[in-house]
Amino acid sequence: MVKQLSVFLENKPGTLNKALLMLKNNDVNIVAISLADTSEFGLARLIVDDLEKGRSAIREGGYTSTLADVIAVRLAQRVGYLQEILDKLSAAGINVEYMYTASTGPDGADLIMKTSDPAKAEEVLAEAKAEVLKQDDLRKLGGDN
Amino acid sequence: MLVTAESDKTGFFMYWNETKECMSRDQIEELQSKRLVKQINRIYHNVEYYRKKMQEAGLEPSDIRGIEDLDKLPFTTYEDIAKAYPFGLSAVPLSEAVRVHASSGTTGKPKIAIYTRKDIDIWSECVARCFSMAGITKNDIIQVGYGYGLFTGGLGAHYGAENLGALVIPMSTGNTKKLIDMMIDCGTTAIACTPSYLLHVAEALEAEGLVDKIKLKYAICGAEPWTDNMRKQIEERLHIKAVDIYGLTEIMGPGVAADCEHHKGLHIWEDHFIPEIIDPDTLEQLPAGQTGELVITTITKEGMPLIRYRTRDLTSIEIGKCDCGRTMARIQRFKGRSDDMLVIRGVNVFPSQVEQALLEIDGTTPNYMINVDRVDNNDTFEVQIEVEERFFSDEIRKLEELRSKVENSIHQMTGIKAKVRLVEPNALPHSDGKTKHVNDARKLV
Repeated sequence: MVKQLSVFLENKPGTLNKALLMLKNNDVNIVAISLADTSEFGLARLIVDDLEKGRSAIREGGYTSTLADVIAVRLAQRVGYLQEILDKLSAAGINVEYMYTASTGPDGADLIMKTSDPAKAEEVLAEAKAEVLKQDDLRKLGGDN
Repeated sequence: MLVTAESDKTGFFMYWNETKECMSRDQIEELQSKRLVKQINRIYHNVEYYRKKMQEAGLEPSDIRGIEDLDKLPFTTYEDIAKAYPFGLSAVPLSEAVRVHASSGTTGKPKIAIYTRKDIDIWSECVARCFSMAGITKNDIIQVGYGYGLFTGGLGAHYGAENLGALVIPMSTGNTKKLIDMMIDCGTTAIACTPSYLLHVAEALEAEGLVDKIKLKYAICGAEPWTDNMRKQIEERLHIKAVDIYGLTEIMGPGVAADCEHHKGLHIWEDHFIPEIIDPDTLEQLPAGQTGELVITTITKEGMPLIRYRTRDLTSIEIGKCDCGRTMARIQRFKGRSDDMLVIRGVNVFPSQVEQALLEIDGTTPNYMINVDRVDNNDTFEVQIEVEERFFSDEIRKLEELRSKVENSIHQMTGIKAKVRLVEPNALPHSDGKTKHVNDARKLV
């Protein structure tokens, strides 16, 4: 299980830019990012290499943020693999709230997903022999820096 | 009873009760004094709340010998009405009362007013005078487009129009298409509604090319502040005459005062209400012509008489005969409020109500801003809330749920719908002292 940093943003020019600048100035690397929006506001969902530093940088910038338990899972690069995993989750009665990709390459993809029951989802995925990443693994996803 | 003034050649200028509407100043003051003395005796003996207040001020009924002693009496405020909720200010046994109306209070509880049969009759008389002054007669067909219910607008206008003998169509609010259909089909000649709603109706008529199909001649608009420019727009676009009507639930409802075709101020029916203007800070009486807070004493009301009730409306009063022949004092253009009450779409809204609704989020109030504006003649009502970590979520669905929950509780608390907008922290002004929570961009004064 990993922690995701979610930041509230108004839907207007410059707000995301300013938030990202806070991370940059504090030397926090973004491993994955996803933006969700409505007509009036948006959410930046971030996986960062240093959670504590990332959150205090965001707070310093005056933003509202929250931490959420999400699952980072490595997917094999083959047809149907994601569907098979979701099959297992739905059979266990677990709902996927949202998901986004952290990185993709020829060897596979890293996927971030928010589920209705993160602990149970992790068990189900481990049983299915999927590779679930831990907080420490995230630095590697971000590459060397 | 219907008397027509000499100057009437057009069906305008109608007096409903010339004996009263055109009394000399001496006669007005004599009648007011007589009725005030009687009223003070009644409330002293029938309303514990007033008796205590008078005793605290060292007053006995015999100290009030006429209107010259009015300024000895303590004021009544809406806090007094709230404290006395629901029937603490009643001067009659409830078996003598026949109706209740209410308007929103500063917090959860409404301000209640109760009426005896005689109160309803006097109200109908006052409204009939106003409608008659607007040009309406028993030959007219009038659509009442105010809400019927606890709000005084619908039933107040209805009873007045019936008293006048006009044919009343009780439309209430909310269905413009039906209102227009009936306006054309029934040949409606007069309408009572808020001015912004009438402009909305005008737009709908213009959009459908139906302005030539209506027979409308008169409009009596009230329940919200409006400008001369709005009146001109209404008159020119619909080819009608429009007048302003004023009232407040605590005092009676619409019909406390109204303007005539000369638009020199709202004639207040001084045989039932004594108006005063006071300095809201020193509470001293101000002479005619000076601007201050309007204070009204009801001298004939039985159900819930109010003595020196502070309306919080800022205005001035002109004494002297009007070109229409009426001698009743004229309340001038309203210049705002001495409190923070807002009138949005004809409904009284207090910022404290919004604050109370925001408490529903999780027991504490986030920083917020109420934005009111008028766009295309409709009031907009938006509440911005700074999103704090304690109620923030990484799921859009939960944030949308929060937003609609707050919208619902504001609707329940104020009676009207607000648009809630979530904003970033520090997006709204913060200050060390009293934070400004209202931004009213309407240009109405």
